[in-house]
Amino acid sequence: MELESLYQEVILDHYKNPHNKGLAPEKDIQVHHVNPSCGDEITLNLTLRNGDVSSVTWDGVGCSISQASSSIMSELVTGKPVAQAMQTLENFSELMASKGTQSGDEEVLEDAVALAGVSKFPARVKCALLGWMAFKDAVVQVNGREEDQT
Amino acid sequence: MAREFDVERVRKDFPILSKAMRQGASLKYLDSGATSQKPIQVLDAERRFYTESNAAVHRGSHLLAEEASEAFESSRQIVASFIGAAEDEVIFTKSATESLNIIAYGFGNPDSGSLCLKPGDKVVVTEMEHHANLIPWQQLCKRTGATLAWLSVTDEGRLDLSHLNEIIDSSTKVVAITHQSNVLGTINPLDPIVARAHEVGAVVVLDACQSVPHMAIDVRELKVDFLAFSGHKALGPTGIGILWGRAELLDEMEPSLFGGSMIESVTMETATWAKAPRKFEAGVPNMAQAVGLAAAINYMSDLGMAAIHAHELALTTYALDALNGIDGLNIIGPNSMDSRGGTISFTIDGIHPHDVGQVLDQDGIAVRTGHHCAWPLMRRFGVSGTTRASFHLYNTMDEIDALAAGIKSAQKFFKVD
Repeated sequence: MELESLYQEVILDHYKNPHNKGLAPEKDIQVHHVNPSCGDEITLNLTLRNGDVSSVTWDGVGCSISQASSSIMSELVTGKPVAQAMQTLENFSELMASKGTQSGDEEVLEDAVALAGVSKFPARVKCALLGWMAFKDAVVQVNGREEDQT
Repeated sequence: MAREFDVERVRKDFPILSKAMRQGASLKYLDSGATSQKPIQVLDAERRFYTESNAAVHRGSHLLAEEASEAFESSRQIVASFIGAAEDEVIFTKSATESLNIIAYGFGNPDSGSLCLKPGDKVVVTEMEHHANLIPWQQLCKRTGATLAWLSVTDEGRLDLSHLNEIIDSSTKVVAITHQSNVLGTINPLDPIVARAHEVGAVVVLDACQSVPHMAIDVRELKVDFLAFSGHKALGPTGIGILWGRAELLDEMEPSLFGGSMIESVTMETATWAKAPRKFEAGVPNMAQAVGLAAAINYMSDLGMAAIHAHELALTTYALDALNGIDGLNIIGPNSMDSRGGTISFTIDGIHPHDVGQVLDQDGIAVRTGHHCAWPLMRRFGVSGTTRASFHLYNTMDEIDALAAGIKSAQKFFKVD
C-alpha cells in the first residue's frame, strides 16, 4: 500500500524519537527556515570544527516527514567533513527530485533512503527538504563569514 | 421557486465527482473553501462563448463583438441581481484578491480625494482575515502612514467586540472584515461593526469569498460599502472575481490599472476615465469566465440559495457531531451551529495536519491542511496549522462518515488512538 511506502517504520521511529532535537547552546551559527506553503518551521544550530561538522542541533514544528528527515539529516552529517556532508545533501536532493524513480544509495544516505517514497508525492518533497536546506544555508553562511574575515 | 434539495441529482452535474482517486477510491471533495468544483452547465457556458460568440467586448463593429458584449454585460446584470446591487456597481476583476487590492490602492491614491488615507488615519481589520484581506491593508498603511489595528479573536473563534468602540474610533477610515472565516467557519456579526464604522465615518469592506457561494446576500441589507468575492469558490471558473462598491465611492475612487477600455478620452499628455464599472476594467476582460460565473449563479439561483444554505448547515451539524465523537480531535472555531457556516478546522493530538491530509488522501478524501492563508490566526491559536473540511452543495453525509473513519484510521496508523 502506498501509505506504508511513504511512512516507513524508520520514519515513524525518527518522528516519535527525533535525534539532535533541542538546540545546543554553543553554535557557530543559527538559521531559521519556514515552509511558507504549510507554515512548518525549523531552527538549526551548526558548529564546524577543523572542516568537520561537529554539531547539528535543531528544533521546530512540522509533519512526520519533515521532523524525521531533519532527525536523519542531523545524524548523517554530524562528524563528516563539510564537503562530504554537502555531497550527501546533493545525493538526497537528487533522490527527492526523482519522482519515485530512484531508491537511493544506502551506503551514502543510510536511514535517509527510507524517505525515497516521498519523491512520489510532489507536495511532500518540501517537507523532507526543510531541515536539509536549513543545514545547507547554515554551512554557506559560516563559510561566507570566514571568507569575509580572510 | 426552490424545489426540494436533491443532492444526488446535483452531484450528476459535476463530472469531477466521479473521478477515481488513488487506488480507485471515490472522491470525497471536502475542500470547497479553497475552490469549488464546477457543474457541467458552467463548463458548457464557457465553451459556448468560445464556440459561438468569442470577440473582444466593447469594441469592433461586427456581430461577434455585439454578441460577446451582450453576453458579458448580461453576466454583469446576473451578478448584480444576485447580490442586490446596481449593475454599474459590479466590476469584473480577475480574483477577489485583485478586488481587495484595487480598493486598497484606491485608498492610497491622492487623486481619490477624501478617500485617500493620511498619517493619523486608521485601518481596522480582524485577526481572522485571509492574507488577501490583510496584506493589502498592511501595505496601504505602509504607503500612507496610516496605522493598522484589529479586532481580536476569542478562544471560541468569535470576534471579540468588547473594545469595538475603542478600536473603531474617530480616526478610522476603513474597516475591512471577512463575512465568514475561511478557517473557523465563523459568520461574523456585521450589524454592530457596520453601525460603529458608519458612526465614525469609516467605509466597510467585506470579504465575502466564503459567504456569497453559500447563502443569500444582499449588499443593501448588509449595509457594507464594498464587497469582494471570487468566482471559482462559487462554482464558477478561475480568473474571475467581483468587486462591488457603492456608486458614489466608485465615482470618487481612482483606478489602479490603466490602459484600454477604462478611458473616456486620451491625449499624448493625459487621459480621463470612463465611469464605473469600466473605469476599473482596463484591458480586454476575462469574458468567458464572466459568462461562466453567470452560469454558476444561475445554477445556484435555480436550486435556491436558501435550500443550498440549509443543506450545508445540515452537513455541518452532522459533521460537528461526528468529529466531536473522536477522542483527541480538537475543533478550532465555533463548536456549535450558532452563526457558523460549513467550514470546520480541527487538529488531532499527536498527528500533524499534513500527515492527516496524506492519510485521508489515500481514501480519496480531499481536505486542506496548513495555515489556510491565515497565518496570524494560526499563531492566535498556537498551532502551526489545521486540517480543514469545507462543504458545498454537492457534499453528502456519507462523505462526512468517510472523513470521520479516515481520521480514525490516521490515529491508528500513527498509533495515537
